[in-house]
Amino acid sequence: MLQKLRENRSSQGTLLALPTTFWMVALLVLPLLLTTVISFGKRSPDGEVIYTFTLNNYIRLAGFDPNCPPADGTCFNPLYLQILGRSLSLAFNTTVLVILMAYPLAYFIARSHPRKRNTYLFLVLIPLWTNFVIRVYAWMMLLRKEGVINNLLGLLAGWIGYDFKPLEMLYTQGAVLVGMVYEFLPFMILPIFTSLEKIDNSLYEAAADLGANPIRTFRRVTLPLSLPGVVAGTILVFIPVMGTFIVSDILGGRQVILVGNLIQRQFLDARDPTFGSAASLILMIMTLVVTYFYTRKFGFGEEIVAA
Amino acid sequence: MPAEFAVELRDVVKQFVTPEGANLAAVDHVTMQIRNGEFFSMLGSSGCGKTTSLRMIAGFEWPDEGEVIIEGKPMGHTPPYQRNVNMVFQNYALFQHMTVFENVAFGLEMQRAGRKEIITRVGRSLDMVQLKGLDRRRPRQLSGGQQQRVALARALVNLPAVLLLDEPLGALDLKLRKEMQLELKALQQQLGITFIYVTHDQEEALTMSDRIAVMSLGKVRQMGTPQEIYERPSSRFVAEFIGESNFIDGRMVQISKEAAQVHVPALNMELSATPISGDLVAGEDVIVSIRPEKVQITNSINEMPNHMEGTVEKTVYIGSDTHLIIHTGSQNLKVWEQNRVSRIDPHAFYSSGQKIQLVILPENALIMKRE
Repeated sequence: MLQKLRENRSSQGTLLALPTTFWMVALLVLPLLLTTVISFGKRSPDGEVIYTFTLNNYIRLAGFDPNCPPADGTCFNPLYLQILGRSLSLAFNTTVLVILMAYPLAYFIARSHPRKRNTYLFLVLIPLWTNFVIRVYAWMMLLRKEGVINNLLGLLAGWIGYDFKPLEMLYTQGAVLVGMVYEFLPFMILPIFTSLEKIDNSLYEAAADLGANPIRTFRRVTLPLSLPGVVAGTILVFIPVMGTFIVSDILGGRQVILVGNLIQRQFLDARDPTFGSAASLILMIMTLVVTYFYTRKFGFGEEIVAA
Repeated sequence: MPAEFAVELRDVVKQFVTPEGANLAAVDHVTMQIRNGEFFSMLGSSGCGKTTSLRMIAGFEWPDEGEVIIEGKPMGHTPPYQRNVNMVFQNYALFQHMTVFENVAFGLEMQRAGRKEIITRVGRSLDMVQLKGLDRRRPRQLSGGQQQRVALARALVNLPAVLLLDEPLGALDLKLRKEMQLELKALQQQLGITFIYVTHDQEEALTMSDRIAVMSLGKVRQMGTPQEIYERPSSRFVAEFIGESNFIDGRMVQISKEAAQVHVPALNMELSATPISGDLVAGEDVIVSIRPEKVQITNSINEMPNHMEGTVEKTVYIGSDTHLIIHTGSQNLKVWEQNRVSRIDPHAFYSSGQKIQLVILPENALIMKRE
């Protein structure tokens, strides 16, 4: 038996892939199928799932009341569409901001002295040692009406004799955006750093030698060669931002509801797993579609990574 | 009026800080004048300062002291992208995210050449390095030799005043390297562009160069044509670095302008020899350097100068030549004989213990200062 295994390479491969395959089937494929089935089900009055086939949950998501006569336009309520749109635009804005902030820092770290590089990377990772939720709460302390920022501004205003009214920063879209950017910044810095670090110094020299000034060198050589890192970082940031509910829950309160919060509330507060499942699937499909078009445009950067 | 020299280094010094914190002069008061249209090589082992010198000409490094002058203009802190020189990098440094065409077109685009001109010139320069039809490939899809040619085309398409080459053939196999050597030389003659070539391979330097600067520890040890460097090495270091040589201690007996007599105790005789440096005086301790292939084995025992008898110690057959170790006086001499006649019968040649006659022409026994 062992002898046979030693000779047969393909069964070796199967054996190696077996644990992961089992894991993925049990904890990803099956639950996903279950979610799909439930999303077509109905909720019983006491919150149980009735397995049947109805599109009611999806119709509700699209903003229509299934109990309303179709000709009557007054039943249309775009609440859920707004939530989806808000999630999408927030994820987009977060990703763009994170790229703009992460790229210069990653560039600085990649071009710094190798001995200092590890220190810088260590500093980037330090926040991750604290729990995600705690870090979001920390932002609450900063942004609150009686928070650190308002207090400091008040103090400053007191000095110059300006009548200061505390800013309403918490429970706004801006607060959620700031929290998201802060939480996901390291996940953009690291892949961009990795791809920048791989660029051989002689390529910068070759570009300069061929007459490219620093700006053109950046545009023609540095940026395209580091794009795989930006793509990887975007995937690492955009997808979780689309789905997360903690940041918006804590920093957005009832004001900023995202798909993540919607799903969470359907499963917990509203006890409607069928609607929650439908929202989950729509979220997943939206994320996949965006990622698909994005990677089709920019690739996964595998071509360059392979070099 | 074109400047007299394509590139001049005037008393250039470049220091680096070692990891231990000490200052190390990678280039130590180097002065060179490289003529227009010349194939000039900097030759030396790693750490001799040849690459640093080249990088200072390219503008990647700036001298701490002295001046780099290109086409008569002092460069000061002129950045690389404003210098009329191009470089072929040791690792080629091709842009992997661009096609061969885009790589070669890069320099012309930076000069904002028109689309039509770019297409013609890139095509012409790819033809020149025999890469026709590969312009849409990515560098990774090419062999090492082909990548090398792309790097060459990418630099030459800009028609720089000076082409800098940093050990460009180092990664190629021996046969390809020899082919490329001849091709590079032909290309240089055809284009009339000044080539500055950095290598640690003495044969490469001898094959291609009009002039060679032999470097060591940041200094130029000797500068001259391949013939001058090989036939008249100015020091033991150069004679040892380029080719092989027998070094025998002696004492100067008598010296005139062209000829000199050296007493050589190890051979128990006086050699007629050629003084290399002008400031040798009678009575001075010197070394005599004799190239192994310049020692002649003769049959006739006549009254030629520098005639001696020796015993064959060892023979090594290496195909084109036979390398002999010959014991004469109390000295072992390396002697190389070309295998002009067939050596298929081992007994047709010298065998160990055999007595033979040797002659060294005075012009081939070089007197050097003892270092």
